[in-house]
Amino acid sequence: MTALLDVTDLHKTFGSGEAETRVLRGLSLTLAKGEMAALLGPSGSGKSTLLTILGTLMKPTSGRYTMLGRDLASADERALTEFRNRHIGFVFQFHNLLPDFTALENVIFPTAVREGRESAEARARGRELLVRMGLAARIDFPTAKLSGGQKQRVAVARALMNRPELVLADEPTGNLDRESAMQVMDLIAEINREEGTTFLISTHDEKIADLCRRQIVLGDGVVTG
Amino acid sequence: MLYALKIATRYLTASKAQTALLVLGVAVGVFIFIFMSALIGGLAEFIVSRTVGDISHVTIEAEERDPAVLITGEGHVLAVIEPGGSRTATLSEAEAFLPLMASVPGVVAVSPQITGAGFLTRGGQVAQVSVNGLEPGRESAIVNLRSYMVEGSERLGSGIVVLGESLAEEMSLRLGQTLRLQSSGGASAVLTLGGIYDTGNGTIDGSSVFVSLATARTLFALPQGVTRIEIKLSDVNAAGPIAERISALTGLDAVPWTDGAEQLMEALDAQAQTGYFLKTFALITIVIGVASALLLSTYRRRPEIGIMRAMGAGRAFVIFVFVMQGALVGLLGGMSGAALGYLALLPFPPREAFEPGTLPIDITQGSYGLAITLTVIGAILASILPARSAARVDPVTAIGP
Repeated sequence: MTALLDVTDLHKTFGSGEAETRVLRGLSLTLAKGEMAALLGPSGSGKSTLLTILGTLMKPTSGRYTMLGRDLASADERALTEFRNRHIGFVFQFHNLLPDFTALENVIFPTAVREGRESAEARARGRELLVRMGLAARIDFPTAKLSGGQKQRVAVARALMNRPELVLADEPTGNLDRESAMQVMDLIAEINREEGTTFLISTHDEKIADLCRRQIVLGDGVVTG
Repeated sequence: MLYALKIATRYLTASKAQTALLVLGVAVGVFIFIFMSALIGGLAEFIVSRTVGDISHVTIEAEERDPAVLITGEGHVLAVIEPGGSRTATLSEAEAFLPLMASVPGVVAVSPQITGAGFLTRGGQVAQVSVNGLEPGRESAIVNLRSYMVEGSERLGSGIVVLGESLAEEMSLRLGQTLRLQSSGGASAVLTLGGIYDTGNGTIDGSSVFVSLATARTLFALPQGVTRIEIKLSDVNAAGPIAERISALTGLDAVPWTDGAEQLMEALDAQAQTGYFLKTFALITIVIGVASALLLSTYRRRPEIGIMRAMGAGRAFVIFVFVMQGALVGLLGGMSGAALGYLALLPFPPREAFEPGTLPIDITQGSYGLAITLTVIGAILASILPARSAARVDPVTAIGP
């Protein structure tokens, strides 16, 4: 399979002197296009830090990171923002929707912010995604009125809005009941299967990890399995 | 950036009470700005109209000629004709320019006059007076005599004199009585008292008498020409440029009223400066209010800013969202304050009807457009600091685990 992203000898250190914390210690990893991988590991193993770096929200202290042939470790902030908008989607543990906006407005945000307007095409794509997420009756609902599971499905739809090659999900089911968690995972698996979107899902839940075709285990800042 | 405008609008409408308070605060600042503009402007208008409303706004006076001298071939001065007490200088050809002066835009009235000193006598009583010869029909062109008449008429027919109430009381004069007016040159005329006025100005009421131009010609031995031309303008503040224009057109020395009113101009200037200070403080209050409210909003919306940044919103987009909020608050507050100010000023009488004892507020000098424009600019400037702060939000720490 073709590699989507490749990280080599990735280091991330926070603080300095006595307060220095080395979170990633020479981590190397390759993700292929269309993979659905679970990222496992104990707390403090570097899962969230790795996802943040892969999501171009943070730069590594050292090491190489390339995705779609672009060197992202040395790119400037403006280029990273644009790259992130076009190629990477995020699903957070606490959905992180914009509270004063409707479900549809949240979903189309990544496209609207790039185009500078809410185009008819974007609205159509947003509606289609929400219908696919089983939220046809909640399209124009304020997100504050949605249940936790519904919010997380809106967050998944938003992550998919710009048809990104990679979706990074940090404990996407960590705040949901079992039924809602399985609904969200089924949707992720369906999107991965049908559209070939690559998913990297950080989780503590073995059952969620079992739904992924690959498990990547982190320990002490490196891939251990 | 229509989308940034939409987000800004949504943020403002999402916190209606907070936004309403913020807009109200700005509106109050704008209200103060407008009220002060109308008050300071109205006050200046009132002072100027009361001070110079009844005087000539542009005056052309005959220039005294240099004394005639008799000089020998060697340059010795043999004889000098000293200037006499009576006015001899005249604007002999100036009357030809009267229609031209009247046609200058802004000129309301042109009054050719013969003025000089004289003595008013009745029986054993004598009073030194200032004689003003006016054209019949133009008696109220400069000093609005008609509005000040307490007895008789201001009409200056042949052999008629009109004088002030205090002078009439001093000399125990009644309407219809005859009296003698003697010029400083010695010529005299017997005149009938046709009208008594009361301007409220002690100097005019106690020492000015008005006669027809023909009577003045006889008194001052001026068969032709005039000694003075007084011009009244629709806008007293335009006296300088109009005087220059009249000088350019006629070649005569036209003097605006401001040339002899430095103290008044200084007082008006000081008053205007006070107004500027007060208005500046009102604007500073607006800027501080908007800046602090938006800074608070920036802090409260940190997680949302982080989400937007994570979803691909650039720093410029975030800045624009917050600057737009400032602009919208400024616009709404500015317009509300302007409307509020206009409504509050409506009950005050128009400037034509200013009365002593009331606030001379001029609704037309509220500077509404300026107030709104400055408020929007101020609010935008005030939002730059919060906007920059918002753009610096680190999405990782803002979203948090």
